[in-house]
Amino acid sequence: MTALTRAAEGHVVEKVRRTAGSGAALRVVIADYGAGNLRSVSSALLRAGCDPVVSVDPTAVREAPLAVIAGVGHVESAARGLARHRLDEAICDRAAAHRPVLGICVGMQLLGEESEEGGCGLGLLAGPVRRLRSRRVPHMGWNALEVRRPSQLLEGLDGADVYFAHSYAIEPTVPEVTVAEVEHDGRIVAAVELAALAGVQFHPERSGPAGARLLANVVRWSRSA
Amino acid sequence: MVKKRVIPCLDVAGGRVVKGVRFENLRDVGDPIELATRYSELAADELVFLDITATLEDRGPTLGLVERAAEELSIPFTVGGGVTGLADARALLRAGADKVAVNRAAFDDPTMLTALADEFGSQAVVCAVDARAGEVVTHAGANPRGRDAVDWAQEAVARGAGEILLTSIDADGTRQGYDLSLTEAVAKAVEAPVIASGGAGETKHLAEAFAAGAEAALVASIVHERPERLRELKAELREAGWPVRS
Repeated sequence: MTALTRAAEGHVVEKVRRTAGSGAALRVVIADYGAGNLRSVSSALLRAGCDPVVSVDPTAVREAPLAVIAGVGHVESAARGLARHRLDEAICDRAAAHRPVLGICVGMQLLGEESEEGGCGLGLLAGPVRRLRSRRVPHMGWNALEVRRPSQLLEGLDGADVYFAHSYAIEPTVPEVTVAEVEHDGRIVAAVELAALAGVQFHPERSGPAGARLLANVVRWSRSA
Repeated sequence: MVKKRVIPCLDVAGGRVVKGVRFENLRDVGDPIELATRYSELAADELVFLDITATLEDRGPTLGLVERAAEELSIPFTVGGGVTGLADARALLRAGADKVAVNRAAFDDPTMLTALADEFGSQAVVCAVDARAGEVVTHAGANPRGRDAVDWAQEAVARGAGEILLTSIDADGTRQGYDLSLTEAVAKAVEAPVIASGGAGETKHLAEAFAAGAEAALVASIVHERPERLRELKAELREAGWPVRS
């Protein structure tokens, strides 16, 4: 990470501290595994009324009321990045203690097991990560959520268009964990939920009002989880 | 089904949005973040910021603009122009760009596409291909490169590009329609989505580009004059039966 980016992230954190002094905001730790591009997630959480902090500290990642794994790239490099700061253990500890975790895009894939792209996720959800078998890959753009199971996370979002940008997706072994799918030459898992674990393959931070709704739902979900 | 995207392109020069015909006769059309926010409110599916003077003057990309956009926008945006190599592209993505568009630098060193895809994923790597009569051109159209555009697009995707931004230099700014035969040829040849660019003048042109296989259409002058036109365009496309986001 460049010094400039670090400084800029510091700026975001400063802004958070100024606006979230009331104590009512949900403290969210965004696991920083070196993949960059956490500014947009951080800003979206701030807009959702959270108090987000980007951190490499395993204690912070273990203890915060909500942990978010976001970012871009591959399962392999992301898993390596998490392990470098022992954030993988911290997230697994959280999951064991039923403290809420939200995975976004690659962060959702990281909840799974082996990836066809190489590398292995945290194994918190049974199932591999496979390359999409659609005519157009990456699956890029706005696509309508098809909610499959009642889910607090997806309240008000059945049929809503959200933004996807990915070439791989998790295929859960236990179908019940899938709470939403999306159509792209076949079904792709768009959201999963298992106790205090949640994952979205789309980017709520880049999905306009529908994304804001998802994050608002996540805040309520994590308070009740 | 994934929606067809309409993407306003903000050509940026000296921190302002500009628009010219065939990359010449540039005129000022507004502040980038102000316009971007306006387009976002008008249901733009994505945005592209293209620093059109950067390649000519070898000026580095403006990270400040990218950082502000990442914080203030809630739709995806691509940044291009002035990307001289891997370090530039990496800095833009780390500053918050969802995607980086690489043009000449990738043509000169195609391995950078693979390096970027390995680090950030293909979905973050857009290869911008500028073409004149089917031939790749660089430096805002000034340098013909003697390479077939379809052939280059195929190589770019094979090396890791997750999207092709295909610009017909001759059609750009003319409002006479996209280069449909080139769009169709590239869309058939590659697995990645193709964004048609250059020549949008009316709704019909976007529909033609989608029919030719483009997943997305770039618009500039047609919406910069009156941003509300964006919403109308999308409504007209929907009426014509194209799946677009409202």
